[in-house]
Amino acid sequence: MTAVLPPIPELGHLALWLALAAALVQAVAPWHARLGQAAAPAAAAQGLLVLGAFVALGWAFLVSDFSVELVTANSHTMKPTLYKLTGIWANHEGSMLLWVLILALAGLLVALMPAPLGPAFRARALGVAGMVSAGFLAFLLLASNPFTRIEPAPTEGRGLNPLLQDPGLAFHPPTLYVGYVGLVVAFALAVAALLEGRVSSDWARATRPWVAGAWAFLTLGIALGAWWAYYELGWGGWWFWDPVENAALMPWLVATALLHSIRVLETRGALPNWTLMLAILGFALSMLGTFIVRSGVLSSVHAFAVDPTRGLFLLVLLAGLTGGAFLVWALKAPRIAEGARFAAFSREGSLVLNNLLLLALLSIVLVGTLYPLALEGVSGRQISVGPPYFNATTLPIVLGLAVLMGVGPLLAWKRNPRPGFVRRLWPPLAAALAFGLIGLALGLKTVLAVLGFAAAGWLIVASLLPFVGRRRVPTFLALGTAIAHLGAGLALLGATASGALQREALVSLRVGDGFAVGGLEVRLYDVGPVAGPNWTALEATLHVSRDGRPVATLTPQSRTYTTPPMETTEAGIVGWRGGDLYAALGKPDGSGRWQIHFWIKPLVHLLWVGAVLMATGAAVAAGGRARMAWPGRARPLVSRPVPVPAE
Amino acid sequence: MGLRAAAWAMALGLVGAAPPPDGWGVTPLPDPRQEAAARRLMHELRCLTCQNQSIAESNAPQAETMRALVRERIRAGRSPEDVRAELIERYGDWVSFRPPPRPDTWLLWAMPVVALGLGAVVVRRLLR
Repeated sequence: MTAVLPPIPELGHLALWLALAAALVQAVAPWHARLGQAAAPAAAAQGLLVLGAFVALGWAFLVSDFSVELVTANSHTMKPTLYKLTGIWANHEGSMLLWVLILALAGLLVALMPAPLGPAFRARALGVAGMVSAGFLAFLLLASNPFTRIEPAPTEGRGLNPLLQDPGLAFHPPTLYVGYVGLVVAFALAVAALLEGRVSSDWARATRPWVAGAWAFLTLGIALGAWWAYYELGWGGWWFWDPVENAALMPWLVATALLHSIRVLETRGALPNWTLMLAILGFALSMLGTFIVRSGVLSSVHAFAVDPTRGLFLLVLLAGLTGGAFLVWALKAPRIAEGARFAAFSREGSLVLNNLLLLALLSIVLVGTLYPLALEGVSGRQISVGPPYFNATTLPIVLGLAVLMGVGPLLAWKRNPRPGFVRRLWPPLAAALAFGLIGLALGLKTVLAVLGFAAAGWLIVASLLPFVGRRRVPTFLALGTAIAHLGAGLALLGATASGALQREALVSLRVGDGFAVGGLEVRLYDVGPVAGPNWTALEATLHVSRDGRPVATLTPQSRTYTTPPMETTEAGIVGWRGGDLYAALGKPDGSGRWQIHFWIKPLVHLLWVGAVLMATGAAVAAGGRARMAWPGRARPLVSRPVPVPAE
Repeated sequence: MGLRAAAWAMALGLVGAAPPPDGWGVTPLPDPRQEAAARRLMHELRCLTCQNQSIAESNAPQAETMRALVRERIRAGRSPEDVRAELIERYGDWVSFRPPPRPDTWLLWAMPVVALGLGAVVVRRLLR
């Protein structure tokens, strides 16, 4: 069968080499006097070539061309078509190709869109993006070629890890990658701005939609990953402070800081150097995340040492690109005019404090993630840095941020608040008190959890305050901010409640047995076999009742997949009062007993609602800006204060 | 309840207080305060055969054995920190999700203060 297939993978491979050539032209042209015009066409060509390579790999997966090693290792003829396609990026090589594709398409978009800061500036930004593209294309071609053939071709593939055959995880990587690439574009615009020595409100206005879009996609991507972990792993949690999770969280923290500081630069012309530094840092941490996840350094420093080719390549790429960018920053930043001044309790002051707290969070997550690796590398001692450390160190700062998020949007630009400002804070203060008391009544045990409830109440009410008693139609920006902050408040409430108020039972039952948890009675009604397209399972039926009245029926499964042979847990989840009833079925103990792990997760749905609102808020805020920037519709912003010239 | 656990129970003078039929790995302690303390500790101990999962969450047989050990010790009146120390001695620091306070982890534990302090210095310069 394989003999008659056309040489599409070779065409894909060729397209990648040509894309590398285009990326090199894109990277070099802007710095040459006569070739400057070539950067945009080169970016467009690169975008189309990488798209061609991706389509070629997709074709190999779709027709199950097992002469391609990657298809053999990750696919199977019996796999549902959707997962044949998502299997393209459910592996190292394919996911790197997807990353490069999204970056190349962003370059194509930049090349086709009008250049708000002039063609020369766009060429330089494309040049920087071209360097990143060229680095990753070289990494693909030299250390991770997705088109490698095997001879003789097997007749069947090894299949895809069943945990990855899931809609939540299928779309988690592309969503995150769009976010990372948005940060690469912000990075390219920042380096170009440094090189031109031109950092202005205009620059911030052109860059902010990219940052807001990146932030929205990173938020959604992380939420998708957390949601997947929640319902697919069957561990009853949604965040485990796993290094892979932290690798995605770190760029998000920087992107959050950047999103707020770029607003200060745009509106008031303040914090130019700080904002540029954040743009470079955001890129550095997405690179670091890629290195942590892709090099194998995670499982152990020794695993990295066994096959260091890929890890070293990524490390050199990371050091070269970010080191170079930070060097440019250090050389050029002192020449950029200092930004406009502001009072401590102004809007700018609150946003600076926001940045401080976010970067403190970043330092803690970064050090906590890398410390065990460093310690093992230096002294050979293995320690675990887990939830007890991260919760104790980060949650107080998160609460501080929530308080700040409530008050920040109420403050005026530039000056301290007028006397009487504190009166505006009564409603959120009352809400904080009420939420805290409700939490206590519901049975919260720790001070931190009560403060979490109070901070959530504060933030939810405060985020709506800017619209109270105002007749003026809110700007997209104010509306987006309020939606995102409201989402953060709801997410905080959901996270606190689902953690601190959760009830949990881990029991061993015979069919017919029952147990009580959190005021509910749970009975194991039946255990029987069920079958799906590529798996068989044992399914337990749990009847949940309250005071004799039925509440829900849960059907957790213990699945066995055939290709590859692997056992997974399929949690039984039923929504209840804004939260979930959640059950996982363990193995039988041989004497007719079944291990059942049961959770009541109050208000956990608020977490997902909150994440969607946060992403929506960012899109609304960026959408307004994009509309202003659209050619032909450009008009001055009504509410923008006159920028004070820099001193 | 395994043989080893039974031997431990005997050594601790617990014979007579009959263990539950399924063992302490899947049976909560009768005293709710002891059970809460045991559960808090279980959430901070790593299941050694799993990937980044605590023994409270894991279905693995080893996690069940360790849960039983934790519950027996707590039931016998030992403090959670005492039990943690015993497990660290047996399996190494890796078993505890809370890193040990030691000279080689001071930077880790000082990180929040260091980060906020450095940040405050930078902010002072920005607000100058």
